[in-house]
Amino acid sequence: MAAMLLSPTLLVLALVIVYPLISAVHQSLFSAESGLDADGFVTEGEAFVGLANYADLFVGESGRRFLNAFSNTTFFTVTTVLLETVLGLCLALAMNRAFRGRAFLRASILVPWAVPTAVSGLLWRWIFQSDGIANSLLGSEILWTAEGTASKLAVIIAEVWKTAPFIGLLVLAGMQIIPEEVYEAAKIDGAGWWRQLGSITLPLVKPTLLVAVLFRMLDALRMFDLPFVLIGPGKESVETLSMLAWDESNQLRYGSASAFAVVLFLYVAVVAIVFVKVLGADVTGTKKLGIKRKANRSQKAEATR
Amino acid sequence: MTITELRSLATDGNRRAGQRNADNPVPARKKRTWRSYSVYAGLVLIFAYCLAPFYWMIVSSLRRTADIFDNTLLPAPFSLENYVKVFDGSTMFGQALLNSLIVAGTTTVFALVLGVFAAYAISRLNFRFKSVILGVIIATSMFPGISVVVPLLRFFTDLGWINTYQAMIIPNLSFAIPLAVWNLTTFMKQLPFDLEEAAMIDGCTKWQAFRKVLLPLAAPGVFTTAILTFIHSWNEFIIALSMINDPKIQTATVAISKFTGATEFQAPFGEQMAAGVIVTVPLVIMVLIFQRRIVEGLTAGAGK
Repeated sequence: MAAMLLSPTLLVLALVIVYPLISAVHQSLFSAESGLDADGFVTEGEAFVGLANYADLFVGESGRRFLNAFSNTTFFTVTTVLLETVLGLCLALAMNRAFRGRAFLRASILVPWAVPTAVSGLLWRWIFQSDGIANSLLGSEILWTAEGTASKLAVIIAEVWKTAPFIGLLVLAGMQIIPEEVYEAAKIDGAGWWRQLGSITLPLVKPTLLVAVLFRMLDALRMFDLPFVLIGPGKESVETLSMLAWDESNQLRYGSASAFAVVLFLYVAVVAIVFVKVLGADVTGTKKLGIKRKANRSQKAEATR
Repeated sequence: MTITELRSLATDGNRRAGQRNADNPVPARKKRTWRSYSVYAGLVLIFAYCLAPFYWMIVSSLRRTADIFDNTLLPAPFSLENYVKVFDGSTMFGQALLNSLIVAGTTTVFALVLGVFAAYAISRLNFRFKSVILGVIIATSMFPGISVVVPLLRFFTDLGWINTYQAMIIPNLSFAIPLAVWNLTTFMKQLPFDLEEAAMIDGCTKWQAFRKVLLPLAAPGVFTTAILTFIHSWNEFIIALSMINDPKIQTATVAISKFTGATEFQAPFGEQMAAGVIVTVPLVIMVLIFQRRIVEGLTAGAGK
């Protein structure tokens, strides 16, 4: 019965996830080659090259490009997720306090989330235009969308704008399940607002925050649309692993494109495993009961103190 | 940012707040109004943060090409020139919108049908490896899109599927199905089992209990999942960009990223903004109407 109900889903997932993954690993062991055969005709074919595509990740021109994309991806992931988390927490705290206009606030916070990333890329490209609104507000003449640090910053700003509200919403949901009594008990014990934040809100929101941060990190690791539309393909300062793999496959170099895709997949998998196993991010929601019990316990502890 | 760092930030702020209070003691009543003002100021700040860029897109889309670089807060003179140009046929933007609708709509329907059955099995039936299967399904939602696109691009080229709808819909399922299964499972787990049990005691089969009791109860959850899946597929970019090179089949997100102006050196920002507004406004309206449900859906699993 269960097998019958689940098999269509698993079948489709096998087709769109497992097959491509295996195929990517397979393709990454080959390289497109064009050479002359014995009769002097040009042949286009693929040769088995073993792990050469992976070895190339670290040497020569392609290696430099890969390492640059790898460090860009990591840099964007770390900076944007960090900023989003801080900003998202602030947003959640503000929304948690607001009683009037909360529905309106929630609606407006969903707007950046709902804007398609490609459109937000265009929007920020317009804002960051050399004679656009950002420069005229700042009184500067920065070429945001060309190359270099400014374009990195532009990507970070646009990304944080779009995704901080998402973290804010998730964290707010986590805050709202904290029972009011816990705060009342803390108030009676003389804990100020900051103390309540540090000793009650943050620890109790931590499981939610961890899941939110994990999702954002995995999303940031595969970043593609935003730098692609905002700055453009093939720009060294913002090229991410996804963009590099896309570019390679566009040049019909499927072997190295697959190798990049596999590396990105492994990177994502490692981050996910670290979050789930080491930090204990509860993705499937199986630890929910545990959290509730913990909340109850701390509630009781506060009450009996 | 770890929690300990946040904590140290918090204690820093605490010290500062303490100093301010010590330096400048204010009567309790005044303090309350100051507090409520600061809350309102915070709210205004959030509104501005969320809406200002979006507002700028709308304003810019309503300017004439001649004064697109104006920085006034309202378009003067007001003009629909850009919107007329977007639909004048040279960019096939109307077709792109239709394509987006077809692709996102089909993806949503497939993901929902498969998702409802899978979620029912996971939330209502007992079988071995249940949590493993749920874990695997959720894990697939974290799969980077490019790792699907590169191999499938080749596969679809061999099949002759480049520039077809199915070349977008099938890869879209790689993120739509996990999203649907996960949301629906969380939702169905919250529904009480008693009603179905009662129906089955009264002689319903499992199928009837599912169709006549659970499904109507789960309708709001299914609806929420449908909205979320639709928005995600509507916003999809990398798959549509890779699988399609014929402007007639392009989706809207790809089409506007490829808008080019009459002259090579001047990007048609006005038209791009107008097209952006057109692509985004249906979503924003949906979000405004169903905000409560969307928030529920987004926070399912994370919050409750």
